[in-house]
This record gives sequence, C-alpha cells and structure tokens, in this order.
Amino acid sequence: MKLGFSRAEEDFRAECAAWLKGQMAGEFADIKGITTLTAKAERRKEWEQQLAAHKWSCIGWPEEWGGRNASLAQQVIFAEEYARAGVPGRVNHIGIELAGPTILAFGTDEQKKRFLPGIAAGQTIFCQGFSEPDAGSDLASVRTKARLEGDKWVVNGQKIWTSLAHISDWIFVVSRSEEGSKGPKGLTFLMMPLDQPGIDVRGIKQINGDAEFNETFFTDATCPADSLIGAVGGGWQIAMGLLAFERGVSTLGQQMGFRNELDAIIAAAKANGSANDPLIRQRIAKAEIGLRLMRYGALRMLSNTDHSKIDGAALTYKIQWATWRRNLGELAMDVLGQMGEVTDNPEYEWDMLPNLFLFSRSDTIYGGTNQIQRNMIAERALGLPREPRGDV
Amino acid sequence: MEFAFTEEQAMIAETAKAFFAENATSERTRKAMANDGVDRELWANFCTELGLSGVGIDEALGGAGLGMVEFAIIAEAAGAQVAAVPMLGLAMVARALAAGGSDAQKAEWLPKLISGEAIAACEGMPSLDFDGATLTGVIDPVPHGAVADLFVFVSPQGAWIVRADAPGVAITAHTTMDQTRPFARVTLDKAAAEPLADAGAAIAAIHQGGWICLAAEALGGAQACLDRTVAYAKERIQFGRPIGSFQAYKHRLADMMIEIEQARSAVYWAACAADEGAEDAAMALHAAKSFCADTYFMCAGNMIQLHGGIGFTWEHDAHLFFKRARSIQTMLGNGNMHREQVAMMVLGEAA
Repeated sequence: MKLGFSRAEEDFRAECAAWLKGQMAGEFADIKGITTLTAKAERRKEWEQQLAAHKWSCIGWPEEWGGRNASLAQQVIFAEEYARAGVPGRVNHIGIELAGPTILAFGTDEQKKRFLPGIAAGQTIFCQGFSEPDAGSDLASVRTKARLEGDKWVVNGQKIWTSLAHISDWIFVVSRSEEGSKGPKGLTFLMMPLDQPGIDVRGIKQINGDAEFNETFFTDATCPADSLIGAVGGGWQIAMGLLAFERGVSTLGQQMGFRNELDAIIAAAKANGSANDPLIRQRIAKAEIGLRLMRYGALRMLSNTDHSKIDGAALTYKIQWATWRRNLGELAMDVLGQMGEVTDNPEYEWDMLPNLFLFSRSDTIYGGTNQIQRNMIAERALGLPREPRGDV
Repeated sequence: MEFAFTEEQAMIAETAKAFFAENATSERTRKAMANDGVDRELWANFCTELGLSGVGIDEALGGAGLGMVEFAIIAEAAGAQVAAVPMLGLAMVARALAAGGSDAQKAEWLPKLISGEAIAACEGMPSLDFDGATLTGVIDPVPHGAVADLFVFVSPQGAWIVRADAPGVAITAHTTMDQTRPFARVTLDKAAAEPLADAGAAIAAIHQGGWICLAAEALGGAQACLDRTVAYAKERIQFGRPIGSFQAYKHRLADMMIEIEQARSAVYWAACAADEGAEDAAMALHAAKSFCADTYFMCAGNMIQLHGGIGFTWEHDAHLFFKRARSIQTMLGNGNMHREQVAMMVLGEAA
C-alpha cells in the first residue's frame, strides 16, 4: 500500500502540467480560470481543438482514434493537472467521456469513423438526452417515442436537463421504439443532429441565474436509420453501459476545483476574522478532512484493479462529494456573512463562493439524487432487498 | 496508484480477521467483562501462537517488522470483535520504548510486552511531579490500568516508566461503562520512575501508535455494526417484508457505509503517511482519530436503533460496540481537540 504515484507517472504529470501551464499563460490566457459551464463557449471550443491538435483531447482512447492509450493513472493525473492549471471544464465532456467511449464499445466501424474523429477534434459537441419531465430518478420510464419510417427514425417527445444542448451539435436520445412497452424494455439509443427544424432547445434558468440546462423538444425530428447504437429495443443496455464508463477518471480533477473553493473560504475567513470563531474553525477542519478523505477514497477506488465485482466503496463516492460540497456552500455563506448575499453584478451573476452556495444545491440532485444513491448503495453494495415498485 | 493492500497485507488481514472472529467470541468477551476486562488466553494466543503482537516494531528489537499499515489491519480486526485485549497499551508503550527508550529499557521490557508476559498501559497528564528518581501525582482514568504490569506516564515535562508493583503505586479499579477496556485510578506517591531517554520521540510514537490503534479499532467496530445490522435487516420481517427493504431503514445503512468508507480511507491514509513519513502525516493522524471515532459512534447508535428493542438488551452485543465507541470518542483527545489541530494547520492560531 502506497500513497502516491510512481516515478514514471510523476514524469508524465510534469509533462502535462508544463504544456497546460504554457497554454494558459499564452494563446488561451483569456479563458483561464473560468468556472461556469457556459462562459466564452466559442473560445472554449477553439481550446478543445487545440487540445486535439496536440493529442491531449482524449488521452484514454486508442491511438487510432486520436488518443494515447493512456493508463487510468495517467488519465487521472491529466485531469488533476488540467484543473490545477485553471483550465475551464470541457464543453464537450459528454462527447469525450460518454458518447465517445460508448461508440468505441458498442458502435459499428462505420459509426466509429463517422463520429470519433469529430468528437476527438472538438468539432462534434455532444449532449445527453436521458431525463424527461416524467422520467427523472425513474429513468426507465422515458416516453419520447421513436419510430422507423423507411430510411429514418422519427422522434417525438421531450427531454429535460440537457446540459449545454444550446451549444452542442449532437444529442444521444434514449427513446421508446416499441409501442406499449414499459420500463427498460423497448428502448432504443439514437444519435441525432441537433440542428434541424424538428428540434427546439429552450434554456432553463437556474437558481443562480445561469442557464446551463435546457428542455429539448422533438417534433417529428429525424435521423438516419443507422443512427442507433446497439440493437433496436436494446437501448437500456447501452445507456447503462455508458454510465459505467465514468470510472472516476475525472475525480481528482474535480477535487482540485473543490480545493480552490475551500481555499477561497479559508482566505475569506482569515480576512474577515471568522477564522477566530471556534465553531467556524471546527467546520473548516471538517471540510479539510472531508476533502482529504475524498482524495484518498478516490485513490483507493482507482487502485482497485478487480473489476469483476461491484466496488461498493466506489458507489459511495457520488453522495460523499455532493454532500460535502453542499455543506461547503453553506459554510461559505456563514463565513461571508450577510454581504455574501450581495453581488455588484446587475445581471445577477455571482462570485465563486455565493455561486458555490447556490449551484451546490444541484450537486445532490443531478446524476442520481442522494436518495437514489442511498438506494443504490443499500441494494447493490449491501445486498438489501428492493422496495416493492408500483405499477403506475 | 497502489493505495490498496498488497497480497501480503491482504493475507495478514484475513488471518487476523479469522483469529478474532473465531476466538474473541461474545461469550469469551463477556467472561472477561465480568472479570478485569482482559481475555488473557486470547492475548497469549495473539502474542505467541499468532505472533502478531510485534508488528510495527523493528525486528532488531524483537518485533516482527512491517509497519503501521499492517498494525492498523490487526487493530481493525480486533476492533471488529470488541476484543478484550490490551492492544492499545501495547501500541503506545512498545512504540514509546522503541522510539525513546534506552537500550537497557528496550531490552528489559520489549520482549516481555511482545510475548504478552507483561501488559502495558499509558496515559498523559497536564502535570506530574518528578524529583529525579520518583514520580508523584494522580493519573485518572488509565485504560486497562488495573491489569498493567508496566506504565508509561507522560506530561509536558517528560515521559516515565513506572512498574505497577513499585512501592508508592496505588491502583484502584473503576467500574467502567466499557467493560472491555476498563479504567483505573493510579496514585503515585514518590513511586520509582525511570525517565525515557528521548521523551519527545516517545510521545510522538505514543500519539502515532495510540491514534492509529483507536482509529483502526473504530473502523473495524463500525464495519461490524453495519454488517450485523445488514444481516438483521434481511432476516427480520415486519409488514410482510424484510425490514431492510424499507427506505427509511436502508438509507440509514447506506449512510453508515458512506461514513465507513471514508473512515477506511482515513485509517490507511494515516498509517501509510506514518510509514512513508509523508508531509501530511500529522494531519492524517488527527483526521483519522476524530473521523473514525465519530463514524463508530454513529454506526453503533444506529445499530441499536435499527435492531429495535432487542438492541437495547444486555443480551445483544450492540451495547458492547456502543460503549466502546463512546469510550474511543474521548480517549486520547476528543474530536474537537483533533479538529482544532487541523484548523491550526490550515488557519493558524486563533487570535
């Protein structure tokens, strides 16, 4: 058992850190430090093309598709250095982390040739069409309909919480292709171009005033017949396979962002004297300990090379970080005091810490609410029986 | 990334787990509880047959080598059974001797401690009166104080070895809430005391050994609370369903697991950092002690609640975990103290 990375891995770290730092000090200095998902989207697409040009876009992919065949450790290190250098998050993270690996695993050769180069190059931006107004936590109850008409699929329905759909090119859609089917059966996984008359994307304003999420409406929207991944009616397996690609590569990078937030709170507490309050000191210590434990928990998860059985500990990670960050947002407001509720931006835009306070309310909801996470931990890791399900 | 047990470590874990599960049974622990709180046969077997008592002590000093990770693995296994053994005293005193004792002190005591022939206890006090040859003061409470042959007492002025049978040493056993590690009051009236050669090194070793021991014990105990309650949740039927199928119930079990997995990271971060001399080793110790103690208490409390009435009975083992957890929370510094140490590291002193 060892805490750190190997010498070779540290050399790799130095290589990516140097390159990223150089980029953020040079041509792309104007996007350094952006923390929202939507700001300067066009410049960020250019940045992602720059990443691709230097083969840093999708290092975990096979070399023939623009990757470096990087090991899990290297991917983790890259994600960490990416965040440390203050590089904004990937506009195309759905394409790189979810759509691409899904196509690599389940797509046809023709689909790989059609999609992977564009995704890798930062020119084909993907978003995810999973949730619907009546299919949130209960994802398998999606109702968006797809029917095959001649050489194309015709899709009708509505998706929601489609992050960044307004700046994306493609959407993957879990649709009900078998009339009258229920639950996970009869679903088909389709890749659809967003730029067409049958698709209407409308932003949803969030509690922090930003609009990263969208509603996406499908009215006789179409895509070619061969746009499906997997089999007709086999969409659920693809959707579940896709979610399994999140093997924690981004965790340490994400934690680097958390580190910055906690450091900002520590600095604010020292500046305004709340660092002398024993209760605030206790809470900051708890936050510090929680963040460190997150890091070592992630390293434990990533060091686990046995993928033949469910890693119960890994299932606890989502609720752990989400709850930690929500608490951090509350701590930030207690440190800032009433003036934390004031912004000098007339457009209702917020500085890092008040924005953290507001945004973190979504952390415990998206990607599986805390309640769903507890069900998953209890049922999959602890083997407890399922709560009987309704039939409505 | 190799933050996972090596094959050898996994084997030690399996051996230690099997040993305590088989031998530190509820029946035997309760027998020890009715006596002086030590299952002597268990301790003798652990020290001699299993030969794991010297783990984390240099082979040159008669130990078994290896490090704090392996020691934590063993303490975790003992904690999972709330074993009535004087492991904490050994963890602190053997390390104090190894790190800060003179050659003569090491030679006299380490073999006896590692063989289980002598039992050790350790406690700190804000001040003790040392006159150059004898120590005077009241040390209360001392975990396993009534069964110890050898004490190490520390204060900011130093660290001393005191033999339990030395003239001037009076020991009064307390009736203690956690009967698996009962306390005693030790009154020293000009009792012969030998200073440890390097008190600073000894105290650092006591902290490292003691905090990791308690954190690992707490981790093992917390996991046992979860495992036993999960088993009960699958068996117990109410309203025509296993109670573990109700979300109000299973979510509390999930919450226990979420804390336990962090506690596991904390213990092995601290143990690894200690072995590697990592720069965050000091923070890791404070984090592990405070986080694991809180986790254990939360899990033990849930264990009682989730078992309903039977969990409140003397007959059920839930109270053994619950009382051990409560004891660990205060022992060797409570959570607030350890978190304040972390706060000092990130915020500096309070004005």
